[in-house]
Amino acid sequence: MRLFSFARVKAVLLKEFVQMRRDRTTFAMMVGVPIMQLILFGFAINSDPRHLPTALIDRDHSSFSRSIVYAAENSTFMDIIKRPATDQEAERLIREGEVSFIFIIPENFGRDLVRGDKPQVLLVADATDPSASSGAVNSMKQIVEAGLVRDLSGSLSHLAQAPPPVDVVLHKRYNPAGITQYNIIPGLLGIIIAMTMTMITAVAITREKERGTMENLLAMPIKPLEMMVGKVSPYVIIGYVQTCVVLVASQFVFDIPMAGSYLVLFAAVTLYIVVNLLIGFFFSSIAETQMQALQMTFFMLLPQILLSGFLFPFLGMPRWAQYIGEALPATHFMRLMRGIMLKGADSGDLFASFWPLGVIMVAVGTIAMIRYKTTLD
Amino acid sequence: MSAVETVIDVRGLTKKYGDKTVVDNFDLQVPKGAVYGFLGPNGSGKTTTIRMVCGLLIPNAGSGTCLGFDVVEQSSEIKKRVGYMTQKFSLWADLTIRENLEFVARMYQVSNRKEKVDEALEELGLSARARQLAGSLSGGWKQRLSLAACMLHDPDLLLLDEPTAGVDPKARREFWDSIHVLADRGVTILVSTHYMDEAVQCDYIAYIAYGKKLIDARSDELVDQVGLHTWRVEGIGLSDLSKKLAGADGVGDVARFGTALHVSGLDKDKLRTAIEPYFDNPLLTWSEKKPGLEEVFIHLMTGSEDNFQ
Repeated sequence: MRLFSFARVKAVLLKEFVQMRRDRTTFAMMVGVPIMQLILFGFAINSDPRHLPTALIDRDHSSFSRSIVYAAENSTFMDIIKRPATDQEAERLIREGEVSFIFIIPENFGRDLVRGDKPQVLLVADATDPSASSGAVNSMKQIVEAGLVRDLSGSLSHLAQAPPPVDVVLHKRYNPAGITQYNIIPGLLGIIIAMTMTMITAVAITREKERGTMENLLAMPIKPLEMMVGKVSPYVIIGYVQTCVVLVASQFVFDIPMAGSYLVLFAAVTLYIVVNLLIGFFFSSIAETQMQALQMTFFMLLPQILLSGFLFPFLGMPRWAQYIGEALPATHFMRLMRGIMLKGADSGDLFASFWPLGVIMVAVGTIAMIRYKTTLD
Repeated sequence: MSAVETVIDVRGLTKKYGDKTVVDNFDLQVPKGAVYGFLGPNGSGKTTTIRMVCGLLIPNAGSGTCLGFDVVEQSSEIKKRVGYMTQKFSLWADLTIRENLEFVARMYQVSNRKEKVDEALEELGLSARARQLAGSLSGGWKQRLSLAACMLHDPDLLLLDEPTAGVDPKARREFWDSIHVLADRGVTILVSTHYMDEAVQCDYIAYIAYGKKLIDARSDELVDQVGLHTWRVEGIGLSDLSKKLAGADGVGDVARFGTALHVSGLDKDKLRTAIEPYFDNPLLTWSEKKPGLEEVFIHLMTGSEDNFQ
């Protein structure tokens, strides 16, 4: 007998190829995951976001204020999407996460500028995600000065000389020190729950199929809803345990503020856990093996990490990626967690993030129930 | 026969997977309290038929009742009253024996759960090992535990899918003893098997091959119904003889039984004509015998295409 037989290698090789071809899910994953990663990393993710939505309060309405606004928009850092009438309205917009900046030009700005009184403009930035707002925050002074250059010519040219004629005041909200953990830790809970809850239910049910115990369960007089509630409930408790671990760590290890109410937070966590368990239940109605269930979980997790605003600024992504992101439960959960913990938003402020989770829950639950088979067909 | 007495009454059951017909136009009437044997080779459609009867599979065609409930529309009612023992061990290997039984009892909402489980453990003789994981039991014990589990809710009908496959002869005998005890209590039992010796234990036998029912009769009438004639021959040179006889006019089939050959055919005279030339051979001893179930089944198998519908 020879020590190394190419015939035997070939036998194993051929067998592997045949099995690879039969295992469609694995094959789809091997091709699908790289394509998905290429698209997400290549096109969707942008760590230097532009065109961030901004609320403008221009109380001056002079040619100078218009020049500054024009310069700000031209910088491509911000897009003026709202012109709220009051400060309160502007505050609500930034708290709900509809805008990343509030830009305020005070009354008599033009007059004070011409007088050489060095008037102030105010830029309030949502700094929950420091990387998202830093671009605009760092270059605002230059933008304002550049915008005024043309207006400050002729008789006003003396104002264009140093020192700068305008004082740009920056307010970094919610995370003034720009600590990355403030943004990451509340969001991380969303990823932990998405990963474990989906996987655990998907695997728990496909395991019954794989071991042949499903036939026994199906032969018993149990209704699909009873099965779903019974299967999913134990893991809700595990989800709470995870939440407590993350919250304790965020309080005592990372010193993350808790600006909002724990009640609202636990309401958000509960809803989100149930959504993820239902996604797992749905996967288990498609997957035949535990391996397939795991692959589906992974396939779902990738966009939840990349497109939810967890690692990269949501508003910095192209529109199509934002639309996909809006359909992911993690996106809404990120907003809820950051809103509650950092911004102290109440449930009214967060309704915009609560209802999509509710819709996803009902939709996934319904599809899972329809797909769940009570026969072996 | 009234509906009360007929526990299973299905007609024209058909199950197709793609263009493969696994069960074809199947009729089945099982009277109350009978032990009804489902015989047939692997892949003949026994399991599929049983699954259709208890609502685990939806038939493509056909209809009927099980325990008076429609097999398609009222499967949840059927499930409450049927005990189904799957071919493969389908209890939870990572639960203990007691946990398995308690889970099953809860699923069927057995009212006096604790007593029932204790009773079942006692009957099984597993009381001392109740805390052992079910997965660690040997094949025979797994079968007995499965039977106990599907009996917990006192079902009116037991569907047993090859309950004795891979079980040693002693355990099989004990298994069948308990089947008869249950039948005496009035439980109707539909049991599939491919062991011929188990067929004798049944009151009725349906023989299935290629998704079709070839014969369905009381076990004591089955042989007469087929009308088979058999000669037994012993001696030297049987292999040779077997080859010569196979396919001869009047010879249906030739089967080896230990040191003897059983030569069977439907036409008594033709069979005699075919074997007569070998009567003079001094090395062979011929005798006419009453055909047994085994000859009948071999005959059914070989002639399944042309002899029956």
